[in-house]
Amino acid sequence: MEWHRRHVLGLSDFHPEEMEFVIDTARSMEEVLTRDIKKVPALRGKTVVNLFFEASTRTRTSFEIAGKRLSADVVNFSSSTSSVTKGETLLDTARNIEAMKPNILVVRHSASGAALFLSRHVSCSIINAGDGQNEHPSQGLLDLYTILKVKGRVAGLKIAIVGDILHSRVVRSDLHSLGRMGAKLWLCGPATLVPREMERTGAIVTSDIREAVREADVIIMLRIQLERQNTSYFPSLREYSRRFGLNRDIFSLAKDDAVIMHPGPINRGVELSDELADCEQSLVLRQVESGVAVRMALLYLLAGGSHVTH
Amino acid sequence: MLLIKGGRVIDPASGRDEIGHLVLEDGKILEFAGGEAPARFQGEVISAEGKWVVPGLIDMHVHLRDPGYEWKEDISTGTRAAAAGGFTSVVCMANTNPVNDSPEVTRHILGKAAREGYANVFPVAAVTLGLEGKEMADFSELADAGAVAFSDDGKPVESPLLLRRAMEYVRPFGYRILSHAEDAALAGGGAAHEGWTARKLGIPGIPSAAEEVAIARDILIARQTDGKLHIQHISTRMGVEILRLARRAGLDITGETAPQYFTLTDAALEGYDTNAKMNPPLRGEEDRMAILEGIQDGTIDAIACDHAPHEAYVKKCEFAAAANGIIGLQTSLPLSLALLAGGKIAPARLVDLLSAGPARVLGLRGKGSLAAGADADVTVIDPDAEWEFGPADVLSKSKNSPFLGWKMRGRAVATICGGRVLYTTIAGVTPHA
Repeated sequence: MEWHRRHVLGLSDFHPEEMEFVIDTARSMEEVLTRDIKKVPALRGKTVVNLFFEASTRTRTSFEIAGKRLSADVVNFSSSTSSVTKGETLLDTARNIEAMKPNILVVRHSASGAALFLSRHVSCSIINAGDGQNEHPSQGLLDLYTILKVKGRVAGLKIAIVGDILHSRVVRSDLHSLGRMGAKLWLCGPATLVPREMERTGAIVTSDIREAVREADVIIMLRIQLERQNTSYFPSLREYSRRFGLNRDIFSLAKDDAVIMHPGPINRGVELSDELADCEQSLVLRQVESGVAVRMALLYLLAGGSHVTH
Repeated sequence: MLLIKGGRVIDPASGRDEIGHLVLEDGKILEFAGGEAPARFQGEVISAEGKWVVPGLIDMHVHLRDPGYEWKEDISTGTRAAAAGGFTSVVCMANTNPVNDSPEVTRHILGKAAREGYANVFPVAAVTLGLEGKEMADFSELADAGAVAFSDDGKPVESPLLLRRAMEYVRPFGYRILSHAEDAALAGGGAAHEGWTARKLGIPGIPSAAEEVAIARDILIARQTDGKLHIQHISTRMGVEILRLARRAGLDITGETAPQYFTLTDAALEGYDTNAKMNPPLRGEEDRMAILEGIQDGTIDAIACDHAPHEAYVKKCEFAAAANGIIGLQTSLPLSLALLAGGKIAPARLVDLLSAGPARVLGLRGKGSLAAGADADVTVIDPDAEWEFGPADVLSKSKNSPFLGWKMRGRAVATICGGRVLYTTIAGVTPHA
């Protein structure tokens, strides 16, 4: 297929075959990562700016490595050292960066819709690396890729996502990537963090982790924070861990070959027991691996490469 | 002398709805005449055949941004937009800079309106100094300077005790307190109606209960103190229900809604359209339907647009950072006229909501009526005019409207204020300078 997108803002309008195309591309990128010299000249002379208005070491590093493996010039711009604190608007900041003629802006921002907004006002390509509580498309794709690697398919799998659904952009992207590929999705967490409206996505909503995990093929645990904007959504981390944490006992309800995923960083002993975080069925580090490949694929496709070469 | 000839004269205050002629003299309504138009009329004549002739429209909730934010709007441009929208009177909120919590500010607004205005301006003064919710403003002095009511609009009066004291204190003087009903803790940082659209877009929600809890609280305090209360910009189903309950209980409590709340729902937020961002937020379809019901059955007294001009750049940004509010003075009438289409509401009721209703709520003497002796504030409406609301039509300094590009039906063709034609599109009639 041909690739026509200028931006990757979210997965809400991605067709299954488009997602497969990105994954196919990621597969050939992953081959590069197994070589001795992990670098190809595909993006030589192209500039990628990581425009991060919100702290994120791992996503930024993942995009940075992805860009460098493709020989792009990668520049990091983060808000702590930026002019944002001086009251510059998001648009002004982006236009200033744009004036330096980058090819791709990788944007992380705390406001939902920020990447879409910028795409309407700048001429270079934009990859959304997480906008508020809206989407995190590269995470949605890397979760899909990771599951495909292990399970060979997504259709028909029971996938439980457990934790702070309300504030999670990962969930909103996973609902598109995994949901559109035919997974049976369960969303689980405290009622204060799992909006009932999410049933409209076709997912099953529950506050009973046993129900969510029972016979599941994949369990995605989300990072939990006790306080958000100084408001508590549940009594204590101890209470949370008792009700919604994944431990050996609960995990035994899942299918024998069930796997555990987590977008990181993990709160060991809170949402995921120490033991399970490192067990054989944990795919956490494979997700990180897939992440670089998927981000290479996105950068490659946006920079104009439209044919996958095996 | 001015003769408005041959129009359908709709005057809800007197129950009149018939074809006839209206004579204005010395800034007052002189008389209504049926039958043949007066022959050999000595004065200006406006032909209103096929048009409605109604009491000058009143918008009891606007932000003229003057003093302090004149780059968004000022009294001249805001009232010019009002006149073009058919409004002869606007009631402006106190969240200016400085806040209208002192007679100097009230007098500044009235003075400027007298010099530069294209409509009557009635200032609302603050309930608390600086809108800070701590100390009561000097109500009597403000009322003497010309304030017609009191409101901390833009912010709720957070302390129930302070609200109680204010309502109790002003009761003997007959002042009405207008309430921006919002429980700030419940609304906590939200930017859109808490519903499917906000969930999908990942925008922090403002639950309906944030408004409803505050409406209920304020009504109960009004009941306790026997105070006169008005609920501003009602946007939710239970908000209407609670007001209905209060009215049935015989309390002197009134309410308004805005065209955006019976025209749009939160679906308008798709694509993070910052021109659909406002407070209270656009709600769900069941809320919209309930507001229509409240309009039909008389629970709601007034349609007021909450005209809230903002310069482009505070809307041209990420949704969370965008300012709340939309302009509305030029779209309020056509959007309200659209309610007639289903036949669910009669023209007289609609005119009432836009003129006699707000005049009643605020006790504006001589306004909202075409009776002999009333002020010569008259709006002539072409209910069938088809037009498109484009950026070039906007007379406000700001263009933040979600209705730009909308096809409209119905508009004001002449706005007459105190006997002076301040706006008209009727050929052969020139506006008075």
